[in-house]
Amino acid sequence: MLSAEGLRHAFGEGRGQVVALDGVSFDLTSGQTLAIFGPNGAGKTTLLKVLAGLIHPQVGSVHVTGGRRAIGWIGHQSHLYEHLTVRENLLFWAALYGVPAARRGPRAAEVLGRLGMARRADQPVWSLSRGLAQRAAIAKALIHDPSVLLLDEPFTGLDLAAAAELRALLGELRVGGAAGGGRVLVLATHNVDEGVELATDVAFQRRGRFVHFAPRGGRGPAEIAEAYRRAVVDG
Amino acid sequence: MGELLVQAWTVARKDLVLEFRTRTALISAVVFTALVLTVFNFGRDPTAVPTIDLAPTILWVTFTFAAMLALNRAFQLELENQALEGLLVSPLSRTSLYWGKLIANLVFVAVVEGVGLPLFVLFFDVPVGRVLVPLIGVIALATLGFVAVGTLFSALVIRTRFAELLLVVILLPFLVPPLIGAVQVTARLLGGRPLSEAVGYLKLLAAYDIVFVSLASFLFRFTVDE
Repeated sequence: MLSAEGLRHAFGEGRGQVVALDGVSFDLTSGQTLAIFGPNGAGKTTLLKVLAGLIHPQVGSVHVTGGRRAIGWIGHQSHLYEHLTVRENLLFWAALYGVPAARRGPRAAEVLGRLGMARRADQPVWSLSRGLAQRAAIAKALIHDPSVLLLDEPFTGLDLAAAAELRALLGELRVGGAAGGGRVLVLATHNVDEGVELATDVAFQRRGRFVHFAPRGGRGPAEIAEAYRRAVVDG
Repeated sequence: MGELLVQAWTVARKDLVLEFRTRTALISAVVFTALVLTVFNFGRDPTAVPTIDLAPTILWVTFTFAAMLALNRAFQLELENQALEGLLVSPLSRTSLYWGKLIANLVFVAVVEGVGLPLFVLFFDVPVGRVLVPLIGVIALATLGFVAVGTLFSALVIRTRFAELLLVVILLPFLVPPLIGAVQVTARLLGGRPLSEAVGYLKLLAAYDIVFVSLASFLFRFTVDE
């Protein structure tokens, strides 16, 4: 469903060159959630941008079943237009993703209902709180029922309650994907405490490389944090 | 082709809804147009140079700088909440995005010109009644060319510091050919001369439009992709 093969990408040239991706490969199928942990500058955002097709890697390739239409993106920026209402935003993005005109309205209502945003549908985005705006951003990412969700630091700026709510929602999204099947989630964050419980697979990224990539198994946040310290901080 | 145009219209409609809802740039551009025409009206000596000789230049200098305001805002809309990133992740083709922006900019500039032309007639008392249709044709022909180039350049500079200043600096040299053509044709029209005298300039404007709309449609992807 989502595979990356030997990705390599660097910014700049010569001595000032920064290698953002170095030999990254993985293969994910529906129902899997890969949590990528790494310090700032490890290359996590570059990896997500490559997966989303925003950056063409210098070496390697990405394959997403269904192409760009299958991808949903949730980042710390919402991609929403402040002076459009939540519904107008959703209808705009639905049109760009090729959702048939007759399906756009019902689909927007369905997604907003699922996210508890039905009463906010006709509010302009500028009038929403940070937490509600994040929910609207998730609604935007789900409007075309993507089978792959890319999440770049989605918990940034959220308070504890909103972050817990988002984690619960992402857990639901992983299993309740397109046409009843599971979705692939790829979550990048610098905070090991965030998202561990969602993950089926865990990767630690440092200087563009996956220095650890394995199924999470039964490991809890404390064990993952310890493994992260050994592989990334001390390594 | 149909899908391309439908998506371009989706982008253009969104831009126009946003603009007509906030009206910030539109009101600024209209007020700017009125102010420039007012300054020209009072800042000249009508006994030294006949109005009819100055009028075409005043008209096109005003339209050119008013259009700059429109072009500056085209991609600034997309910086809000990094919407541009969302557009680039989506299946929207880069050509559709460019055409969408081009259509929205053309409508925006047309509204500004629609307000500016009557003010121009009012301030300078030029006889446009007989030549109104060909004059509107020339305005449309020249506007398409410079908005096509301006839309491309506004995407190019949007992620830079001082984008608004940079746009003016890199765009103005490219506007010289359509500006020359537009001024020359307008001068002949307002002077009551036959349009056949300006065929060369009309061809220049048409060629500029064809070349730069095609070139900008092709080059646009290189300005937005990383």
